[in-house]
Amino acid sequence: MRIRIAGHALALVATVLLGGLLSATLVRLAPGFEVDEQELDPHLSAESVHALRAVRRQENNIFHFYLSYMNRAAHGDLGTSLALGQPVRSLLRDRAPLTLRLLILGLGLAWVAALTMALTAAWLKFAAYDLLTTFVSGTFLCIPAAVLALLSVLWNVPGSLAIALIVFPRIYRFTRNLLAKSYSLPHIITARAKGLGEARILFWHVVPGVAPQLLAVAGVSVSIAVGAAIPVEALCGLAGVGQLAWQAALARDLPLLINITILVTLVTLLANSGADVIGHMVRGGQES
Amino acid sequence: MNLWRKLACVILLVVVCASVAANWLAPAGYARQYREATNAAPSRSHWLGTDEIGRDRFARVLYGTRISLLLAPAAALLSTLMAALIGGLAGYLGGVWARLAMAITDLFLSLPWLFLLITARALMPLNVSPLVSVLVTFLLLGLLGWTAAARVLCTTAGALRSADFVRQARAAGVPGQRLFWIHVMPNLKPVLYAQFWISIPVFILSEANLGILGLGVAEPMPSWGSLLKELEGLLSLGDEPWKLVPLILLVLVVMSFQLLLSRHDEVAA
Repeated sequence: MRIRIAGHALALVATVLLGGLLSATLVRLAPGFEVDEQELDPHLSAESVHALRAVRRQENNIFHFYLSYMNRAAHGDLGTSLALGQPVRSLLRDRAPLTLRLLILGLGLAWVAALTMALTAAWLKFAAYDLLTTFVSGTFLCIPAAVLALLSVLWNVPGSLAIALIVFPRIYRFTRNLLAKSYSLPHIITARAKGLGEARILFWHVVPGVAPQLLAVAGVSVSIAVGAAIPVEALCGLAGVGQLAWQAALARDLPLLINITILVTLVTLLANSGADVIGHMVRGGQES
Repeated sequence: MNLWRKLACVILLVVVCASVAANWLAPAGYARQYREATNAAPSRSHWLGTDEIGRDRFARVLYGTRISLLLAPAAALLSTLMAALIGGLAGYLGGVWARLAMAITDLFLSLPWLFLLITARALMPLNVSPLVSVLVTFLLLGLLGWTAAARVLCTTAGALRSADFVRQARAAGVPGQRLFWIHVMPNLKPVLYAQFWISIPVFILSEANLGILGLGVAEPMPSWGSLLKELEGLLSLGDEPWKLVPLILLVLVVMSFQLLLSRHDEVAA
């Protein structure tokens, strides 16, 4: 288990570093990187403009650019947002709690709704109920996340509910398919033939069997929710990290974008690795 | 073919035909302004009314549908081809190549799709001509959307590498390149086909999200994303229901694509 956790930690660090390098490379190659708006300031002397260009030239080497960024980041300096003129660190610190609250609430609601619907569909086995739940989740799956965010503004519902509605159909669909597949396994058919009650079959034989896979989906659902936070926060006027990412994208605020990319990569990888390790522990417990 | 799939086929056929015939069906071009009738309600001359600068909404829906329905499959084709080449080849070669390809796909997959799109789109020029913005948007979708499919294809190609018929062909002296193109690739067809069909609705929805966030197709070119941006100004759904037509159309088309995917395709993907 320790080796597995160490492997995950190593992969996580490597992926985050690679992700940072990738975004730094994209930033470096983006059109207009060489141009500095400060050069247009008429108050600057020729020497000042020359000094600005010299600083820019140092950043021409992608690896030099990235290493100096990492060095500054290691000392707690994440740079300054070009568009907002504030330190990136304080921007992220101020906005992260709201996003975290939204994600926790949204994911909680989505999981409760998806599991309730999938379990009741598996337990009741009414074709009409199954069709209804599939239709509802399918419809939400076909509506763009940004439209759901707009509708949440229109109906004055909290942003966390919009995130839940974006995430829930994906969880429901997977869970329902997983439960349906699980019900067709030989040991479940045998248990039913032996006269075990439906509730006992569901909670003693089906759910423990699908738990590791559901944990894997839990990791993926965090990634979906983080993605959903961007349109929800941007369109609902919620000052979180998602809105910050959108503002950075519109203003081409590249230092801010790199930091948010690394933060988002870290969060999603942590969620996936955590789910994988817990899933492995659950499987280990079941086997022993 | 069951009833739902037949219905999905009919819906897609009608929508595609209507969008192709936009030049004849629409009362005017998508950018033509009727300045005497801005924000007009539906009438005989403007079936879905006009927008805030007097452009015929019905014409814009038809042309926008044409753009989204033409370019989403094109982006899906690009991403499927990239997935086939990268994932298929890495899986076939195995070893360090497969591990490298999987590390790259893991890196892309670790970022939420919409976040990745927004970041990449932000790095592209935003003040470009409408036509270039259409191409940039859908090209980005195609270039970034191959990772999940590549992972599936890498696994499938890896399994094929050790299949009996491939081993026999290798033992018979068939060169590696021929083995890949003649023996492995045709067997990846069901997965490629499923990935292509799965990607289309995903790309349609992604373009719509980008459009609503102002990072999609530039004005005056219409697309479902830019048409849905109009919903931002809506005060209540009942007030101007005709503004919901692009949304209803999008949901119908995406749902039809989902219905067209058989369970077999879903399993293959």
